[in-house]
Amino acid sequence: MENSRRNTLKSAAALAAAMVAGILRPQDVLAAWNKDAFGQKTLADALKSLGAAVAADSNDIVIDAPQIAENGAVVPVEITSNVPNTRSIVVLVEKNPFPLVAKFDFLEGGVPFVKVNVKMGESSNVRVLAEAGGKYYAAFKEVKVTIGGCGG
Amino acid sequence: MADPMKIRAGLKGDLVDVRVLMNHPMETGQRKDGSGNLIPMHFIQEIAVKLNGKTVIDAQVSQGVSRNPVFSFRVKGAKAGDKLEISWLDNRGERNSTETSLA
Repeated sequence: MENSRRNTLKSAAALAAAMVAGILRPQDVLAAWNKDAFGQKTLADALKSLGAAVAADSNDIVIDAPQIAENGAVVPVEITSNVPNTRSIVVLVEKNPFPLVAKFDFLEGGVPFVKVNVKMGESSNVRVLAEAGGKYYAAFKEVKVTIGGCGG
Repeated sequence: MADPMKIRAGLKGDLVDVRVLMNHPMETGQRKDGSGNLIPMHFIQEIAVKLNGKTVIDAQVSQGVSRNPVFSFRVKGAKAGDKLEISWLDNRGERNSTETSLA
C-alpha cells in the first residue's frame, strides 16, 4: 500500500515536470493541429468547426488561381489579404473529400500573403477566409479541373 | 523523409520573399498501391516560419496540399544577417527544419 502511494506520487511529480516543460515551450502548444476542423467532410461543417460559419463577403481578399487547371494534383493558389489586421488566412476546396486544406496564422512580422499548391479532386470553388478582429471575411474563386488530383 | 528543404529568400528593404520546397509524399490515405492496398496517410500537419527564433507565420495544413509542397511567404521587419528558419511536423511525428541567413 505504502509502495503504491509512493509510486503514485512519483508519477504525479513526473507529469507535473512534463507539464512545466510544455509550458516553457509555448511554440509547440501554439500549433496544435485542429483535428476536428480538418476531419470535416463538408464545407459547412468545416466552417462551423472553425467558428467561421458567419463570414462577410469581401473584395479585400485577392485570390490568384487558374480558371482551368489541367492537373488537379497541383493547383497553385496565391492569396493576399488586404483586410486590415488580418491574423489568419484559411483555404478550403469546397468539393474535396476534406474541404479544409490549410490555415495560416500571421504573427508580428508575418505578411498576410501565401502561395500554396493544393489538390483538387474535381472542379470546385476555392474558398478563402481572412480573420481580422475576431471576424471572418470570405472570397472564392472557381477552378475547373480537367484531371482530378486525388486518385493517383 | 528527412531530405533537406530548399529555401530561397530574397530581401528587399525590410521585406523578405520566401519560397520553400519541402520533400514529402503528402499521402491522402485514399490512394492504393500496385496490389490494391490503401497507402496509409502521411502528410505534413504543422509548419512554422521563424525570424531570429521568433514565430512569424504558423500554419496547419492537411493532406489536401500537393505532394512535395511549395509555399511562398512574406515576412517584414527583417535585415541582412537575420536568421530565417522553417520547420515542419507530420502526422507520424517526423520533423524537419532548415535555416538560412538573409543577405
